[in-house]
Amino acid sequence: MKEIVRAVIAIIVVCILLFVANDFLNKSSGKAGSDTVTIFNWGEYIDPDLIAQFEKESGYRVVYETFDSNEAMMTKIEQGGTSYDIAVPSEYAIEKMKENDLLLPIDHSKIPNFKNIDPYFLDLSFDPKNKYSIPYFWGTVGIVFNPSLLDGQTFESWETLWDPSLKGQVLLVDSAREVIGMGLNSLGYSLNSTDESELQEASAKLKMLTPNVKAIIGDEVTQLMINEEAAVALTWSGQAADMMWENEELDYAVPEEGSNLWFDNMVIPKTAANLEGAHAFINFMLDAEVAAQNADYVGYSTPNIAATELMDEEVTSDERFYPSEEIRDNLEVYNNLGLKMLGKYNELFLEFKMGTN
Amino acid sequence: MQTKNTKTLYLIPYFTWIVLFVIAPIGLITYYSFFDLSGNFTFDNYRNFFSSVYLTLTLSSFWYAFLITLFSLIIAYPTAYWLTKTKHKQLWLLLIIIPSWINLLLKTYAFIGIFGLYGPINAFLNVFGIGEQQILFTDFSFIFVSVYIFIPFMILPIFNALDKLNPSLIDASRDLGASSWTTFSKVIFPLTVNGVKAGIQAVFIPSLSLFMITRLIAGNKVITLGTAIEQQFLVTQNWGMGSTIAVFLIIFMVIIMIITGQREKGATSNGKNK
Amino acid sequence: MEKTSKLSKFYLALVFIVLYTPIFYLIFYSFNSGGGMNNFESFTWEHYRAVFSDTRLLMILINTVIVALLSALLSTIIGVFGSIGIVFMRNKSIRNSILSLNNVLIVSPDVIIGASFLILFTMIGVKLGFASVLISHIAFSIPIVVLMVLPKLQEMNSSLIDAAADLGATRRDILTRVIIPFIKPGIFAGFFMALTYSLDDFAVTFFVTGNGFSTLSVEIYSMARAGITLTINALSGIIFIVTLILVVGYYFISQRGKNPVGMGVRK
Repeated sequence: MKEIVRAVIAIIVVCILLFVANDFLNKSSGKAGSDTVTIFNWGEYIDPDLIAQFEKESGYRVVYETFDSNEAMMTKIEQGGTSYDIAVPSEYAIEKMKENDLLLPIDHSKIPNFKNIDPYFLDLSFDPKNKYSIPYFWGTVGIVFNPSLLDGQTFESWETLWDPSLKGQVLLVDSAREVIGMGLNSLGYSLNSTDESELQEASAKLKMLTPNVKAIIGDEVTQLMINEEAAVALTWSGQAADMMWENEELDYAVPEEGSNLWFDNMVIPKTAANLEGAHAFINFMLDAEVAAQNADYVGYSTPNIAATELMDEEVTSDERFYPSEEIRDNLEVYNNLGLKMLGKYNELFLEFKMGTN
Repeated sequence: MQTKNTKTLYLIPYFTWIVLFVIAPIGLITYYSFFDLSGNFTFDNYRNFFSSVYLTLTLSSFWYAFLITLFSLIIAYPTAYWLTKTKHKQLWLLLIIIPSWINLLLKTYAFIGIFGLYGPINAFLNVFGIGEQQILFTDFSFIFVSVYIFIPFMILPIFNALDKLNPSLIDASRDLGASSWTTFSKVIFPLTVNGVKAGIQAVFIPSLSLFMITRLIAGNKVITLGTAIEQQFLVTQNWGMGSTIAVFLIIFMVIIMIITGQREKGATSNGKNK
Repeated sequence: MEKTSKLSKFYLALVFIVLYTPIFYLIFYSFNSGGGMNNFESFTWEHYRAVFSDTRLLMILINTVIVALLSALLSTIIGVFGSIGIVFMRNKSIRNSILSLNNVLIVSPDVIIGASFLILFTMIGVKLGFASVLISHIAFSIPIVVLMVLPKLQEMNSSLIDAAADLGATRRDILTRVIIPFIKPGIFAGFFMALTYSLDDFAVTFFVTGNGFSTLSVEIYSMARAGITLTINALSGIIFIVTLILVVGYYFISQRGKNPVGMGVRK
């Protein structure tokens, strides 16, 4: 019994000490108690120095929280409980959030730096006139491949993935829209297709890919491709850039039949408590120098045209990550297909996954 | 010998917990399981569960949970047994637990590296001229990593059961001429059966709903009910179907508890008779 | 009497090697000047310096440890009393139903626990943050404590309690002098497994946290998309070494403090 009492006391003492330490850190890290801006973003998706800079310039204290999927983020915002002032959802999530009345309109008069954004990325179907969202980063879905492990295949066409010589060499992302979309694209259909027979055809086509599939995974794809565990992977351009940064052998291509063009965007959720601060933060992030520094840090493609002028020419002229408008016109943005159709996509994807074993 | 008063007093927190954090959520998911995507009352989710897809998933979940539990037991029992014979056994036991405090995702990434084509294991195999093997994304790697995660949950209760074993019982058995195997099967094992059962429950039940490593280590070649629920909640946002699968998981768990529970009573009364 | 044989030493060594390999792998690459867990380029302390200059990360680490320790402590207390209550239940069918209810949270996937706790907290109006995370961690750790404590209670000879009662021990005495010392290994096992549950949890914490409160797991999982930095490896390395020193240090200090007879209780 004595031993247990001692252990309990020890734990309580340690906790009190930690509380004190935490309080000390909290005070030393800056103006606790002043107005805060709460940001909800993907992990490692902003240069932390910029947060410090924003705090210094604006006088707000930034509370930074992270999420790992759009859907989880939406659930949190829908339930409330935290006053998130800024969130960074992907484009299809914005449509859903609009539908569910989770967003506040953005006051463009408070965002003079809005002019820095390439008009090509504005006024898109998921948010006409950018009433609710401001683009943060963008990219494509394509194929990252390792020429040293291949015999000369390049991926101008999705069809190459079905090449029998790639047996057990292809990694896919664990995401229904991307994989079924690839099946649809390879047949020349739209990746937003809701046509039953097109979907069945795509699903049948994907079944034939099974022997080539090594695994269906998530973000670990980065590590696997860097380690040369597989020759080919279907992935997002941002992650491809990360991989190519680590392993120079790798290359990235967006097949010509078409693919997905995606955006992550800053929005002000309805939970916002500090609208002034939220607008100030958006405007700060759109500043050319800030956006350039952020793009350097994160490694994704920035829609900020003023920033690209400040960035390394070698990066911004790379057609793989800053494709020309011609190529971009060939790409499609995901439409919100509605929950029923999304369920259908997932069902087909689940069947596909169960067939891979 | 216990009056109603004291009994209820120290049980208040526990039963508050059961009501708030077990019964309320069960009520909530049962409620959700009767609604479809557009919010209409329906039994469709239950009908869907009996389609071939989910029945296959159920079977594969049980099969893998069984394998994980079996291998955990096979590895944990001797470990626990020999740990009790070491000099600083409490310390060694703590050293078994410490690895489980390092973040699981990080350890999984480490396994991806270790099992990889150019990882240390394959380098080792190469030295012996076996050549590179595909280890990741196989049943082997999946079960290996799962056992790795769950093994402390099996070792601890078995260790505790073995630790209090009266050595004179074993000596007596030996003196009476019993072989090591007889001593084990007739004396040691029956006395540790409660610990083994606790271990089996602590491994088997959560194994049914494993999800993350089915993707990271098995590359989605193993799909369990846990994966399906996660998908329904987070991707399809079909909370109704997700809840329905969860209801079935709970039902399966209760069935397991009933089956093991009856035997448990036997074991306790045996223990008490001695 | 029986010396640990060579076979047993070999077996235990093997188990420990397997258990620690991934951790040493992580720590090894925390010294890599390259960016990731591959191609060791050259040795550097850079990632360790990064840990100490990132106050946000350090605060998250402290939060994680506080939540883990407190939730493990409280869930152990609640769980121990709960299991004592369960064992003394006369009605077997009630006892079995409670045991089934006990295990519901173990079988439920984290996403469901997280989502339903979130709904619960917003319904009652608990402010999301430290309190809601702590309460949730206590909630999902209780069942594992009960699972670890129960076998010890079942082993306990009821005549022991009867004897104590016959000798005039009060109920309090029976609890503190007979029951708790007997089930002590189970209590510690429950506490340590609750710690594991708390430190490993990502999904539940994600849902029930808010207002800037975060734990290490949430932070690490949300980094996955843009890549987990080696700073996290370095941080894990530090956590590992510190824990090891604390555990081994505490063990030997408590060993020395005790007389050999005290240790002899183990028989």
